[in-house]
Amino acid sequence: MQKTVISGNEAVALGVKLAKVQVVAAYPITPQTIIVEKIAEYVESGELKARFINVESEHSAMAACIGAAAGGARVFTATSSQGLLYMSEMVFWAGGARLPVVMAVVNRAIAPPWSIWCDHNDALSQRDSGWVQLWVENVQEALDTVIQAYRIAEDERVMLPVMICLDGFLVSHSYEPIEVPSQQLVDSFLPEKTPAPYWIDVTNPRSYGTIASPETYMEFRYELQEAMEGAKRVVKEVDEDWGRLTGRSYGGLIDLYLCDDAEVVAVLIGSWAGDAKEAADIMRSRGVKAGVLRLRSTRPFPAEDLVEALKDVDAVAVVDRSLSPGLPSILLSEVKAALYEHGAKPYVKGFIAGLGGRDVTPQDFVNVFERTLKGFKKGETGKVEWVGLRGVGSGHR
Amino acid sequence: MLYEICFNARGGQGAVIAARLLVHAACLSGLWGQAFPLFGGERRGAPVFSYARISDKPVRLRSQIREPDALLVFDRSLAKSGVKVKEEGLVLVNSPSRPQVAHAKVYWLDATSIAKKYGLVFAGWPAVNSAMLGAFARVTGIVAINSLLEAIKSVWAGTLGDLNARAAEEAYREVVGGA
Repeated sequence: MQKTVISGNEAVALGVKLAKVQVVAAYPITPQTIIVEKIAEYVESGELKARFINVESEHSAMAACIGAAAGGARVFTATSSQGLLYMSEMVFWAGGARLPVVMAVVNRAIAPPWSIWCDHNDALSQRDSGWVQLWVENVQEALDTVIQAYRIAEDERVMLPVMICLDGFLVSHSYEPIEVPSQQLVDSFLPEKTPAPYWIDVTNPRSYGTIASPETYMEFRYELQEAMEGAKRVVKEVDEDWGRLTGRSYGGLIDLYLCDDAEVVAVLIGSWAGDAKEAADIMRSRGVKAGVLRLRSTRPFPAEDLVEALKDVDAVAVVDRSLSPGLPSILLSEVKAALYEHGAKPYVKGFIAGLGGRDVTPQDFVNVFERTLKGFKKGETGKVEWVGLRGVGSGHR
Repeated sequence: MLYEICFNARGGQGAVIAARLLVHAACLSGLWGQAFPLFGGERRGAPVFSYARISDKPVRLRSQIREPDALLVFDRSLAKSGVKVKEEGLVLVNSPSRPQVAHAKVYWLDATSIAKKYGLVFAGWPAVNSAMLGAFARVTGIVAINSLLEAIKSVWAGTLGDLNARAAEEAYREVVGGA
């Protein structure tokens, strides 16, 4: 198939067009802006028959998406970092209201100090909001995941908003050759949106957004949890279906690279999985069986799949591009909890790297693999180490 | 095979588009690639850096290029920017005469004159990107000149595409150096 060279941001916009989104409300912020600029061009030229709502803030962008989704429309927005934080109240609202909004979050570090570069703290700050959170590795996966996201969000077993997380600059501004699916193919995969029974219907008035007493609130939350549990199966099914149509699938909830016989595995999210995979190849060329487990979904957290993949591994390195000050690190804690719950006890060591866009190379991942194996063999604690920290005697350089 | 390229230029000379064009041409030559700007922003006249990787398989790397196989210098004043080119690599400079570059393999061409000759001047800045890529195709053979011309014509329709293609072809013929 003929390949097209486009950026991650352009790929997201193209996915939105192919998904025939009906309402877009967004506010610009680096490094996301190109997504909504491109969508605005599609709307202006008539290639995408959608209503583009210019809003005064990210909070309003999500509010408009919530209204449009409640009215039965297929909706989209995109943001990054500070914009996502400003939107947060409405992000939780969309999750709690079970509205199938799809949003691209172009991952960017949070200020202060100001940074426009990549890390994962923005999206992870919303991990309890009731959104499915999917993370992509490259430009092709960004496009494919936008289309998959609508199938997941609108599935009656799910009915949850979906956040597509792509690394700021590393994916958003990188140009790569990709295959663009035809409109016909996407139409066969993603049917037209059919309004669910609880959409706003002026001929059948109901009350929305009312208060829930202590006698009913918990049940809403329980159903939200159940829906997230159900989403595990749907994310996998949708990815498999996409694979049948296009030849491209991404492992459903987790993307495994050389994990089958691995003695040491790096667990992470996002685009640096590519550098980690290069490092795994280097390790194997030296006779060490290394692998990479990229979590494609962090919500729902794929505990069962993760445990299945790691149960026979000696040593696991969890590499976080985020920080929860006061907690050793975010993914590390979630991975450990999943392993503990299921009785699997490989050695687990945590690393923090790449905050605020700090460059992380295959050699850094080679060091992570080696450090983790050394810790395992010496029976050390899995204490978190910061990769490439400057001017501090952390030991790992 | 992995071939890494750094572009040193000034905003307005077309280095960001050049990296994309090169990947486009590589795809037409049956290869894979990845192009990215220096993550931050670009301003007309200020130093601008962009990058490309070309490979025979999909590029997985996301980290920065530390030691490129080729450095393309669009503005002579940026030749000494601290980019360390691989020993067996090359430096290609937009310059009417042999540039002062400490590297074993240096090529040069007057890309600014070529851009001006074909009217490729925008907001006062000669867009030397097509010429530089034409010369790159000649000195490396990584991408076929025909693939480059096809990529150029698909990025710019009509006359603009033709003029850029002619600039690339002239540069392909004119580039000198190598010792």
